[in-house]
Amino acid sequence: MTDTHTGPFIAAIDQGTTSSRCIVFDKDGRIVAVDQKEHAQIFPKPGWVEHDASEIWRNVQEVVAGAMVKAGIGREDILAIGITNQRETTMLWDKHTGKPVHNAIVWQDTRTDMLCKQLGGDVGQDRWRRETGLPLAAYFAGPKIAWLLDNVEGLRARAEAGDLLFGTMDSWVIWNLTGGVNGGVHVTDVTNASRTLLMNLEDLSWNEDIAAEMGVPLQVLPEIRSSSEVYGTVTGGSLGSLLAGVPVASALGDQQAALFGQTCFSVGEAKSTYGTGTFMLMNTGEKLIHSESGLLTTVGYRIGEQDPVYALEGSIAVTGSLVQWMRDQMGLISTAAEIETLALTVEDNGGAYFVPAFSGLFAPYWRSDARGVIAGLTRYVTKAHIARAVLEATAWQTREITDAMTKDSGVELSALKVDGGMTSNNLLMQFLADVLDAPVVRPMVAETTCLGAAYAAGIAVGFWDSVEDLRANWRRAAEWTPDMDPAVRDREYKHWLKAVERTMGWQDE
Amino acid sequence: MAKNIQSLERAAAMLRLLAGGERRLGLSDIASALGLAKATAHGILRTLQHEGFVEQDPDSGRYQLGAELLRLGTTYLDVHELRARALVWTDDLARSGGEAVYLGVLHLQGVLVVHHVFRPDDSRQVLEVGAMQPLHSTALGKVLSAFDPVAHAELVDAKREPFTARTVTDLDAIERDLDLIRAQGYATDAEETWEGVAALAAPIFDRHRMSVGAVGITGAVERVCRDGEPRPELIAALRDTARSVSRDLGAKPF
Repeated sequence: MTDTHTGPFIAAIDQGTTSSRCIVFDKDGRIVAVDQKEHAQIFPKPGWVEHDASEIWRNVQEVVAGAMVKAGIGREDILAIGITNQRETTMLWDKHTGKPVHNAIVWQDTRTDMLCKQLGGDVGQDRWRRETGLPLAAYFAGPKIAWLLDNVEGLRARAEAGDLLFGTMDSWVIWNLTGGVNGGVHVTDVTNASRTLLMNLEDLSWNEDIAAEMGVPLQVLPEIRSSSEVYGTVTGGSLGSLLAGVPVASALGDQQAALFGQTCFSVGEAKSTYGTGTFMLMNTGEKLIHSESGLLTTVGYRIGEQDPVYALEGSIAVTGSLVQWMRDQMGLISTAAEIETLALTVEDNGGAYFVPAFSGLFAPYWRSDARGVIAGLTRYVTKAHIARAVLEATAWQTREITDAMTKDSGVELSALKVDGGMTSNNLLMQFLADVLDAPVVRPMVAETTCLGAAYAAGIAVGFWDSVEDLRANWRRAAEWTPDMDPAVRDREYKHWLKAVERTMGWQDE
Repeated sequence: MAKNIQSLERAAAMLRLLAGGERRLGLSDIASALGLAKATAHGILRTLQHEGFVEQDPDSGRYQLGAELLRLGTTYLDVHELRARALVWTDDLARSGGEAVYLGVLHLQGVLVVHHVFRPDDSRQVLEVGAMQPLHSTALGKVLSAFDPVAHAELVDAKREPFTARTVTDLDAIERDLDLIRAQGYATDAEETWEGVAALAAPIFDRHRMSVGAVGITGAVERVCRDGEPRPELIAALRDTARSVSRDLGAKPF
């Protein structure tokens, strides 16, 4: 760090898909110290992905201690600790021993595909969409619990006897932080609960009918709490001496945490995180909007006793990973950043469009029979044109999600707040502003996920008074303004949509 | 034409001998193929090995082409890679310094701005990525000219336009300034390009200690300077940033 930070501070734990991190923030929302540790990805069968939850808990303790050492601070400097986590990853543990009874089933794991089809029955994947805001898909936690209870010897009996606890990673970390077998609190927050297919969006309580249909005993489920309140304090364990008495004061799923960290507190404000895939969330306020366009309805956040804030979510499966594919599979570039260099050697896409429907089309189409295409090829097209088409694909997919959100919510996007690795790509960010016909804004702190968890924890303990305090911390690092002839934009969008059509019906099902 | 340097000619002949396929040759093979005494051949090979152009197999003792030679033709730093690596550090500099931050690289006869972080206030600002700045008067340009010989040659050839009353255009005076910049490790532009605007810049190095770009901080002269001198805390923050980016690019601290 380039200058001194004065305490007190908030620590945020980000229990992510590939690693666990802890970041210490000061009152201005600036990073004081970071520590990070990766954990093993376990692939027992094709399509199956697991994590060892014991390893994850060990890593969480290490990175919290590590970040405090790097920041040179002790527990008296930490006002609260917040948590954000990979969403939907599901685990069960024995409440008497504190030991996981099986590896955690990761959100990407597809083993519950068939189970979801069965649960959908004649109605199909939208069977519980009205209640939960979600389609019946393998990502979500509820069916993963059912799978564990039905496929691991003895678990159902232990669950029904009240010996097992279910949690997503927020619950597991909070339970351990607050004492584990010695009085740990078994809670989850509304955002994580909204990804289980088991929670009523309307009143934020477990839906007993769905749980019964799915075969999930209610006694395994944690208590649903707000995203920003003191759940308990750190006690005992290896962090006990280091952080004893520090309040554990927030939990948010990672994408919702980014929405919070980007300070999207008003209706119509949206953020888009550009990583290997892309997740876009729009704040729809206290209004619960049921999407007609294939978007998910989810809880954005809930601060203490205040009304919950809902959000619409659209995800794009392939964005940054398409650039990686160009690097690793095609060998057209040697680093991800070089895609911009190559793309800048030509003026436009040369008529080529790349729709990376590698595993089907997601929102707003939901066509699993689609596969990727490069359309519009002629002798004229070079690898540089393809590089352009690769970057443009990310922008057009964002445009499609944005259009769906506008249609569902009736709110026009005034500006898009962006974060994630691809925001360093200047050409992409400009093109994004051009096709959205709205400014694209990058904030000064790239770590919006951790920042969101820190903000929610800080609000719970009065470190920050209100969301207005947090808005004051938000700093614009860059802004790209639209600069494209509307006629060109319309023509290009038409071509893109034509290319999307070409992807459908490729796979015989 | 002057007489060629014999040992360089011999080194070139050795590299040619080792080139092509996976060729490994022992010392005596190399010496006899080139008609050299073993001791002479060994001296040259040792020098090439030290530079990484030749490697010696530890088991057989035979020589082969080194990895460094293969890298030689392909190691230029992509400017977009530079931006991606610098992003976090330049954000932090803008935040702590309270001013706009730029990354520049040499392009044609000037500085190409490849990254720009806004001043962290809520004022309207326009992204200046892609803009060009002159070499002789801006802090970014002076740093590049001081640390990159190619930039220096461009500076000498370029037309040096006076932008303000403070712009230095005399080559001797500029050279004295560049000596100072090399010694102190940063450059200053106090209203030499734009009235009322001051800037500081420091060099970014890659793992070969080659200057690959410059990072600069720019703002109103009243904020950047105090009593006519750049504020020491800004200089410290700027140089920390330059070191952090260089370290991420593989440069070792010395």
